[in-house]
Amino acid sequence: MTAQASQLTSAQEPAAVSPAAPVIRVEGLQAFYGAQQVLFDVDLTVMPGEIMVVMGGSGSGKSTLLRHLVGLSRPAAGRVELLGLDITRARSMEMLALRRKIGVAFQGGALFSSMNVLDNIMLPLREHARLDRKTMEIMARLKLEVVNLAGADALMPSELSGGMLKRAAVARAIIMDPTLLFFDEPSAGLDPTVSSALDDLILKLREAMNMTMVVVTHELESAFKIADRITILDQGRILLVDDVAGVRRSDNPRIQNLLNRRSEETEVDAQAYLQRLTGETPTPPAATNETPEAS
Amino acid sequence: MTAMLRVAEGLGRGVLRGADEVGFAAALFVESLFWAVLGPARRQPVRLPAVFAQMLQIGLEALPIATVLAATIGMMLAIQSLYSLGLFGAEHFATVGIGLSVVREFAPLIIGILIAGRSGSALAARFSTMMINQEVDALRVIGISPVRFLVAPALIAMMIMVPALTMWAILVALTAAGLLVTAALEISLGAYFADLISVLSVNDLTHGLGKSVLFAALIALVSAVNGALADGGAEGVGRRTTRAVVHSIAAIIMVDMIFAFVVTSG
Ligand SMILES: Nc1ncnc2c1ncn2[C@@H]1O[C@H](COP(=O)(O)OP(=O)(O)O)[C@@H](O)[C@H]1O
Ligand SMILES: [Mg+2]
Repeated sequence: MTAQASQLTSAQEPAAVSPAAPVIRVEGLQAFYGAQQVLFDVDLTVMPGEIMVVMGGSGSGKSTLLRHLVGLSRPAAGRVELLGLDITRARSMEMLALRRKIGVAFQGGALFSSMNVLDNIMLPLREHARLDRKTMEIMARLKLEVVNLAGADALMPSELSGGMLKRAAVARAIIMDPTLLFFDEPSAGLDPTVSSALDDLILKLREAMNMTMVVVTHELESAFKIADRITILDQGRILLVDDVAGVRRSDNPRIQNLLNRRSEETEVDAQAYLQRLTGETPTPPAATNETPEAS
Repeated sequence: MTAMLRVAEGLGRGVLRGADEVGFAAALFVESLFWAVLGPARRQPVRLPAVFAQMLQIGLEALPIATVLAATIGMMLAIQSLYSLGLFGAEHFATVGIGLSVVREFAPLIIGILIAGRSGSALAARFSTMMINQEVDALRVIGISPVRFLVAPALIAMMIMVPALTMWAILVALTAAGLLVTAALEISLGAYFADLISVLSVNDLTHGLGKSVLFAALIALVSAVNGALADGGAEGVGRRTTRAVVHSIAAIIMVDMIFAFVVTSG
């Protein structure tokens, strides 16, 4: 399995060749906020050791997909399988065991503001492992070094810069040496050099710890740099799943828009704008959700 | 007609949402209890340091203002009772009235409202900030129940500290009242307390403290529910905090009324 994983990581290999079991398998996922459907029939497969980047404009449903992948939201329909466990049906003890094998770095870091950096990073260990404090501190400091935050242990989250916050969040996400790591918008709100350094960190982590990663981003440059494969979400539907070259080649106009940096945001806004013009309330009428659209 | 329908609809929706939140609060209570009792066996205990930290915040920091409030209420009650009973030449009964109303009504109510305003708002602000910053999501993803980690410690701390503060308020209010009563009736403080003890029963004390335990749970749960429902950034935190305080105080007063009704009719 390790051999296959490393094969996959050598970028050009198409994932479909590998007979290894996928680490993540999503089938027919549907998600709603109230009456508003935000994910339509999403399928997704991620292989061991792969870095899967989920791209799409803001409001396309990336974060919602991530919430379903990590079990924070229950799907209205469909199944989500992580490391062979169907998390929509898992019992709480199975889920707890699974949680030790996955790490999540949230968009804003989501560090606990009442604890310093070291205590934040140690918290998963304190909960899941029976170790003495000294050992846990050493393990936490090791992870701080991995993310280039050595020496920041005693700082409070409010004293960290945006880039440092995300790094600390990564350190907390990898403290249990997870096999699966999820990232929401690692580069959002960071200046280019800091965000590029974070991309390097993601690549370094995969190399050093052979993790499988799902990275949500709307930054094209970052996606092309780190991705083995890219999933493009558009208004809750998957438009394309392919490697970097395949995405570049695609002649789908919406993807070309994305590539040419013609802001996809304006298009999403355009729809909202239309809704406003037609006097619809923010929730779109049920009819549009049910009739499959031609274009 | 349509206007009336709209009012009825709004009312209906409000009631439904209210019922939803009451159900949510009840679920939080049961789950907190579950973790407190069964958590240790599952190696997921409610952490005592978290409870102590909350107790310190709720209790110690409220002590000065609670003392001042209780003393003021005690004196006001004394002045009022001495005056109104004096109209009938019955000042000697002042002790009875003061004792009963402080122990059964005033101390629990004043402390309940005080803590709802101080700690309830702080709790709601903390919970909703954590919600909006995805700290609650982070807990769940790590495999830590937010109820066990956040709600249970606050609930337990409340249910210990509010009755403790109420007990303190009873002592302070009765002493403060005593200073005025003893001067007016020209009796010793010892005689005043002896009078009180002969008038008050254990039942009165359990009534007052029992209510304060109930108020404590209400404050913690209303704050937790409002925190959990927070959305919409810093503005959302502010809205939720205000709502939590208003709703806890309303809940306290309503429960107090129901309590009085049930007890006197039973
Ligand atoms: N808590 C929520 N309540 C209601 N609607 C939401 C909520 N979160 C997201 N949405 C809506 O769902 C859609 C997808 O949002 P999201 O998954 O956050 O997209 P992205 O992460 O790609 O920007 C958007 O239209 C957004 O307005
Ligand atoms: Mg997002």
